[in-house]
Amino acid sequence: MTTTAQAAGRSPVRRLAGTLHRRPRLRLSLLLTAPLLWLAVLYLGSLAVLFVSAFWTTDSFTSEVVKVWSTDNFHQLFTLPVYRQVILRSIGVALAVTVLCAAIAFPIAFYTARIARPERRPLLVVAILTPLWASYLVKVYAWRLILSQGGLADWVLKPLGLSGPGYGLVAAIIALTYLWLPYMILPIHAALEQLPANLLDASADLGAGAARTFRSVVLPMVLPSVAAGSVFTFSLSLGDYITVQIVGGKTQLIGNVVYSNIELNLPMAAALGTVPVVVIVVYLLAMRRTGALSSL
Amino acid sequence: MQLSRSARIALRAAAGLGFAFIYVPLALVLVNSFNRDRSASWPPSGLTFHWWSVAWENEGARAALWVSVKAGLGATAIALVLGTLIAFAVARHRFFGRDAISFVVVLPIALPGIVTGIALNSAFSTVLEPLGVGLGMFTVIVGHATFCIVVVFNNVVARLRRTSGTYEEAAMDLGADTFRAFVDVTFPLVRSALLAGGLLAFALSFDEIVVTTFTAGPGIETLPIWIFNNMTRPQQAPVVNVVAAVLVLFSVIPIYAAQRLSADTATESRI
Repeated sequence: MTTTAQAAGRSPVRRLAGTLHRRPRLRLSLLLTAPLLWLAVLYLGSLAVLFVSAFWTTDSFTSEVVKVWSTDNFHQLFTLPVYRQVILRSIGVALAVTVLCAAIAFPIAFYTARIARPERRPLLVVAILTPLWASYLVKVYAWRLILSQGGLADWVLKPLGLSGPGYGLVAAIIALTYLWLPYMILPIHAALEQLPANLLDASADLGAGAARTFRSVVLPMVLPSVAAGSVFTFSLSLGDYITVQIVGGKTQLIGNVVYSNIELNLPMAAALGTVPVVVIVVYLLAMRRTGALSSL
Repeated sequence: MQLSRSARIALRAAAGLGFAFIYVPLALVLVNSFNRDRSASWPPSGLTFHWWSVAWENEGARAALWVSVKAGLGATAIALVLGTLIAFAVARHRFFGRDAISFVVVLPIALPGIVTGIALNSAFSTVLEPLGVGLGMFTVIVGHATFCIVVVFNNVVARLRRTSGTYEEAAMDLGADTFRAFVDVTFPLVRSALLAGGLLAFALSFDEIVVTTFTAGPGIETLPIWIFNNMTRPQQAPVVNVVAAVLVLFSVIPIYAAQRLSADTATESRI
């Protein structure tokens, strides 16, 4: 009797708090309802509709979407040489960007993690992080300026009797490498920083030179971080179309072909859009086997 | 590792070149905003402050900046609420599908922007347009919030995992109810994580171009869209140069704030 009297005397807020405290399931469902409606219904729902629409077709006269199940789009994707070339070129660009990023990132990370004086290292990490906050478009615009006719690249290469690459495939690879480089430096830096010094000493005691120590000790321990960084460099390059539009000249990658199909043939655009998604998922699964994802 | 003198010098040189590769383009953007010419040929024939005052007066750039700020604030607010809710559910409860949720949260940022963009675009045009809601600021905010949730979630969930629930239990033993314990104990513990997540979310939204392209109607122009539309117009080049330089300078703000925030969290953990 007394407890009910007490409960009745409490404020409604207090009672609600009590109910919530006694019922964790109710608490959980209140926490999750809004986010799940947003992510599962709105986002996953739109994605699902998009991928279903990849199996629809377009009336070639009216550009109206015809909602009849067909695998025509995917058939075209794998048989028309144009699409095959674009897909292979895009994967090639993503791989080239990844290799270039790793090659440029390694000396920087080795310097910041092991050669620079320890008190200067935090500042150097900030120096690597800062460009990540600079606008994506501004960074691509910078390369548009550098590679323009008579721009900085031409000016630097002129004494050597060369000229800059101009806008095109090479320019796109350089700009993408520039954009995603910090994502490669940071994990390699972290791995090199955690590398125990006594392993390196042990290797030296056993008579290995710097080259042998690098090959047998440093490289195997850093490789998972390179794989982790490559997840970013590879997948971000594969989906990009803005950079190619700005510095790529006439180059077409998957993103550009998706973009140019949206207005007239949405089902084809959707089918093309599944390609980078599938490639990225396959790449992620391959990288998971190296143990890279756990170090992300 | 005993590196020979020459190996050390070679690594230093390579790292120096690497840092030059990172910073020369950004420096060029800064210098180029003072370029007297409309072309980007190097070296510039002369330097001037003229274009900075022209850019300051530019209505299009100002309006676009304002649109970006509004979209960023809206998306950040939604992401803070939804990201925090998911973080509390994942960190403080056990339930079926918990791992799947962490995966779905990452998806909008892991998939190419163009895929997310078209998916949202066709969903908006089939569901919202019959209801009389066209593409505009509202759809931009919804699109941005979708990929901003993950950064808030990551920051808050990491903080919750490091602080155990015993503080809240102690507060309740001392007579605080669920709400009181949240306001007095839990919220102060996650506050700096919320700030860091919010900062990241705003920066992500402010910089986004692809999802914006597909979720904005014809009347909505964020700053990245404005830059993209004006980049190839020779007449607008000097103003674009100044806007680009301003954005490079802006990027120091979040770095400074992040340093301050982590100093703040460091003191917190010392207490």
